[in-house]
Amino acid sequence: MGGILVYALHDGEGNFNKNSLGALSAASGLAGELGSEAAAVVVGDVSDEQAQALGNYGVAKVYRAKDVPEGLAQPIVDVMAKVIQDDGFSYALFGGGLLGFEIGAGLTARLDAGVTMEVTSVKVADGKLIAERPILQDSQIADVGYVGEPGIIIGRLNAFDIEEKGGTAEVVDVDVDLSEWSTKAEMIQRGEQRGADVDIEAADILVGGGRGLGSAEGFEACEQLADAFDNGAVAATRAVVDAGWYPYAAQIGQTGKTVAPKLYLAVGVSGAIQHKVGMQNSETIIAINKDPNAPIFEFSDLGVVGDLNKIMPKLTEALKARKG
Amino acid sequence: MKICVLVKDVPDAAVQKRIDPSTMWLDRSGESTLNPFDTHAVEAAVRFKEGDDLEVDEVVAVTMGPEGAQRALQKAVALGADRSVHLCDDALAGSDVCATGKALAKVLEAESPDLVLLGQQSDDGECYTIGAVVAEHLKMPSLTQVVGIEVEGDKLKCERQAEYGYDTVALTMPAVISVGDAINEPRYPSLKAIMGAKKKPVDTKASSDVGLDASEVGEAGSKTTVTALNEPPAKEAGEIIEDEDTAETVDKIVTWLDERKLI
Repeated sequence: MGGILVYALHDGEGNFNKNSLGALSAASGLAGELGSEAAAVVVGDVSDEQAQALGNYGVAKVYRAKDVPEGLAQPIVDVMAKVIQDDGFSYALFGGGLLGFEIGAGLTARLDAGVTMEVTSVKVADGKLIAERPILQDSQIADVGYVGEPGIIIGRLNAFDIEEKGGTAEVVDVDVDLSEWSTKAEMIQRGEQRGADVDIEAADILVGGGRGLGSAEGFEACEQLADAFDNGAVAATRAVVDAGWYPYAAQIGQTGKTVAPKLYLAVGVSGAIQHKVGMQNSETIIAINKDPNAPIFEFSDLGVVGDLNKIMPKLTEALKARKG
Repeated sequence: MKICVLVKDVPDAAVQKRIDPSTMWLDRSGESTLNPFDTHAVEAAVRFKEGDDLEVDEVVAVTMGPEGAQRALQKAVALGADRSVHLCDDALAGSDVCATGKALAKVLEAESPDLVLLGQQSDDGECYTIGAVVAEHLKMPSLTQVVGIEVEGDKLKCERQAEYGYDTVALTMPAVISVGDAINEPRYPSLKAIMGAKKKPVDTKASSDVGLDASEVGEAGSKTTVTALNEPPAKEAGEIIEDEDTAETVDKIVTWLDERKLI
């Protein structure tokens, strides 16, 4: 039985993503159960110290491809395919994140391997890994096993908890010849921040706005509602941020922030999985949506089916009146 | 140049989706429609054809699926695709992501497109991965969840959100791009286009027509297997208020917040 290879994403300067650190922690635990080892792959500008420090999450070895740029999937597919083939890994594991989806998918094609995505948990049965994947809007959970090796497992955002285990990893530099097509995507700019810098992580109350607001102007009503609470702020879904209605810094979910305020008041938010993973740990959730079938109602503590344009201003007024 | 758009026929949003316990496959017997995420890919392709930035000769919609999947193709054509290709074969049933990617790549190979577009996810499987799988088989650069594309010579300057903010990436064509739903607002097809779509050619192919061996696809070619279906941990259902009298609704919300010391 070969080990588990984990891709560790970083910001370009060797600061690792917490979803990757969670995946490393999970891999080390699973490898222990399988009687094998977990290892990490890093690319780009990662110092010896930064790579060695990944040992703290339970990996014995870190493969580092210094000359391969961080941030694009296909060159990393080249690196991981080589390491998996040379050193006989049985599984590749990715923490939640866009790049993990792309690299995992690329490996599937390259190595003719099975892939499971949006995985929320991994367990061991008969000496093999089984991935648990919620399907059909999280109404059921499929146990997915693999035929042959390697098996590719792509986690959902925040699926794996970080566990510090102490230890230092051995760093092995690898040279990889990139495939011709892997060099045909060029990063022009990475990690550009757009719009005002707002701090949503410190707020006790978040008013989360989605496409149902209808336009950028809808966010003015959200801001007024947030102001009517103590320590309230406004957050947004990816769709409306991409549409330019609200700043990127306020985005919740898959590629945005993860929050857990005392109250998350979702207005015009359908509750797609990508958004849900970023706010489902809020202490209480209220949703206002005109569609009674919106998935958000399935995980709200209080659901209000109705027209947000009618309800929001009146609610703001009522809260302000109370505050005096 | 030629743009191929990958589309998928998925259960209609109004259909309660279920897994057939005898096969562990999605039950596709109910009403179905073009995957809503794919309409953005068709729209992007048609806008390229209508615009001056690329010389597009034709837009070809491509799908794989049972006979009923023609509905998705017809809708794609009604939205502006010129013709369509349907890979349809009993041997394909039960294909996982690995096998589906292989099969779609073979169909695309036969078309040799300059650009392949697809939606960010399917409404049923929600795998987000087919674009990157197909790209690897076709040996083309790829990017997923793209929300803006600008043409610069033989390159496409794409932007998308990744973990640390917005990334701008230049892809040299031929390339595979999965688009996010924020990229455009798809048009509604005219009645004339809907009627006309039924007359446009559909090229139906079997696995063997594109050089696929039955062992590479379907259950035989799949590398994952669903061993069990479980219920998620039960979550207590929340309270629901239907807004009939808004003043009353607001009172109820305020009381609810008050009881939980949130105001």
